[in-house]
Amino acid sequence: MKQKEALLGYAFISPWLIGFVVLTLGPLIASLYLGFTQYNLLSSPKLVGFENYVHIFHDHNFWQSLYVTFYYAIFSVPLDLIVALFLAMMLNQKVRFLRWFRTIYYLPAVLPPVAVAILWNWILNPQYGILNRFLGFLHLPQPQWLVTPQWTVPSFIVMSIWGVGTWMITFLAGLQDVPLSLYEAAVIDGASTWKKFWHVTLPMISPVLFFNLVMGIIGAFSYFTQAFVMGAGYGGQGAGISNSGLFYALNIYIQGFSNLNMGYACALAWVLFFIVLVLTLLVFKSSSLWVYYGGEKE
Amino acid sequence: MTSQSEIVKTTTRTRRAQGNNSARSRFNRLITYLLLIATSLCFLVPFAWLILSALKSSDEIFVFPPVWLPKHWEWGNFAKALTTLPFGRYALNSILIAAANVVGNVLSCAFVAYGFARFRFPGRRILFMVMLATMMIPNQVLLVPQFILFHDLGWLNTFLPLTVPAFFGSAFYVFLLRQFFMTIPTELEEAAKIDGAGSLRIFFTVILPLIKPALMAVAIFSFQGAWNDFLAPLIYLNDPSKYTLQLGLSQFQGTFHTEWNLIMAATVVVALPMLIIFFAAQRYFIEGITMTGTKG
Repeated sequence: MKQKEALLGYAFISPWLIGFVVLTLGPLIASLYLGFTQYNLLSSPKLVGFENYVHIFHDHNFWQSLYVTFYYAIFSVPLDLIVALFLAMMLNQKVRFLRWFRTIYYLPAVLPPVAVAILWNWILNPQYGILNRFLGFLHLPQPQWLVTPQWTVPSFIVMSIWGVGTWMITFLAGLQDVPLSLYEAAVIDGASTWKKFWHVTLPMISPVLFFNLVMGIIGAFSYFTQAFVMGAGYGGQGAGISNSGLFYALNIYIQGFSNLNMGYACALAWVLFFIVLVLTLLVFKSSSLWVYYGGEKE
Repeated sequence: MTSQSEIVKTTTRTRRAQGNNSARSRFNRLITYLLLIATSLCFLVPFAWLILSALKSSDEIFVFPPVWLPKHWEWGNFAKALTTLPFGRYALNSILIAAANVVGNVLSCAFVAYGFARFRFPGRRILFMVMLATMMIPNQVLLVPQFILFHDLGWLNTFLPLTVPAFFGSAFYVFLLRQFFMTIPTELEEAAKIDGAGSLRIFFTVILPLIKPALMAVAIFSFQGAWNDFLAPLIYLNDPSKYTLQLGLSQFQGTFHTEWNLIMAATVVVALPMLIIFFAAQRYFIEGITMTGTKG
């Protein structure tokens, strides 16, 4: 009976199990191996030892892509989380038309990233775009968004705020799960709005914050489509003016699929994997300090 | 006595505090609504700008300073944009790929999730953890070796690399469906078992109908994922007759980079199906996200 149950279990999970071995584990091992080779898809891979990894540290484009990606991640992830939480908190009050507001904030997040990127290419047009028109109306400086290197990454950060809808909804769900009795207790203890937020709201939604933070970091380090599409209007291969929009994932794409340096692209990917792993481990390790799991323990 | 008067005192104090609160809360509510309206306008303006730009003439799109409303509404822009590239062909390709992804993901993820939720077998916990861990792998790490794999299989320039993987489950959706299966009491299966039904039959006739909303969420997310995907079609398809809408749109931007009114018209067309689906099935989008985000 037990054996039959086990067999049935394996049978049910077999699609994933096979897929995992063929589409994840196999490619993972293959890419680890290819990282030590020179391979252009046409002739068979040639082992070169650590050459690719040594080359990475002398590669100007690697450092540029690392800089661009970190710059983007450090600003966009916290900023997006704050905006998403702020919107969710407003919607968590007894507001009317909640469905409408929620829909409006979520709408941009369902659009195809290519369409979003092209639209923002136009919105951010320094001369004819709506954003600078708006800034001019407020007598604020009008940056040369994607047209000058120093404004390229900020362009992507500004655009990312428009897509916070998904995070907003997870926050809203988390907020609606916070027991009202906790707020009532806090009010009786004379807690101010800020104290209620700090001592009740934040601890209670910290699991959601944690989830969003981890997914946000992974997302920022795999950022590709918008970078490719928007940069394509400004210089070769989608990297923007003087590589100012050369995100890490874009660099891997260019090395692997434009230059056919498959081995080098694998080495770059493993360095990315290592960076993301270290960052998520740091978040996981720190989570015992700030993530609060109420009665959810197993 | 003293305690009683203390109680009276506290109640009056609370009442007074409540009186202050209601004036304050009315003010807070006003601020909240003002902020809600201002922020939602910020979220809506890009949509308005997109549609109005799509309806301007080539001259008007480059008027400085920019104007909001077109003088002549150029509805012909849509026809012009759609006929310069074979967008009908691209749409058909996108639909085929997205439909295959929906079928593949719903079937395979339901099977796998049920296996993890209901059966005891050696290594179950570890395998489940491994599956969740795969979500942490940036897809760039698998990109090159998967490309080589599909290249060696002779699958380049076919829809196979874009559809077949969906039939092997996806960690995110399996996790979502497993959460739903866990809420179904096991008594249901036991009763069906006593009636003599086999596992497959129980799965299809008893369990699956109970998690329809979750299956809808998976269907919609996999449709969205496949429809919006850009990177995979970009590396696997090179014959223009096989392009998807996303590839077509990005190519359109490259070709017509100065005719922003036509580019915006094409963008509206490519974004529209997602908007329609979103309005039709909003509930499933939101339930799906809610499930993945909070119930860890």
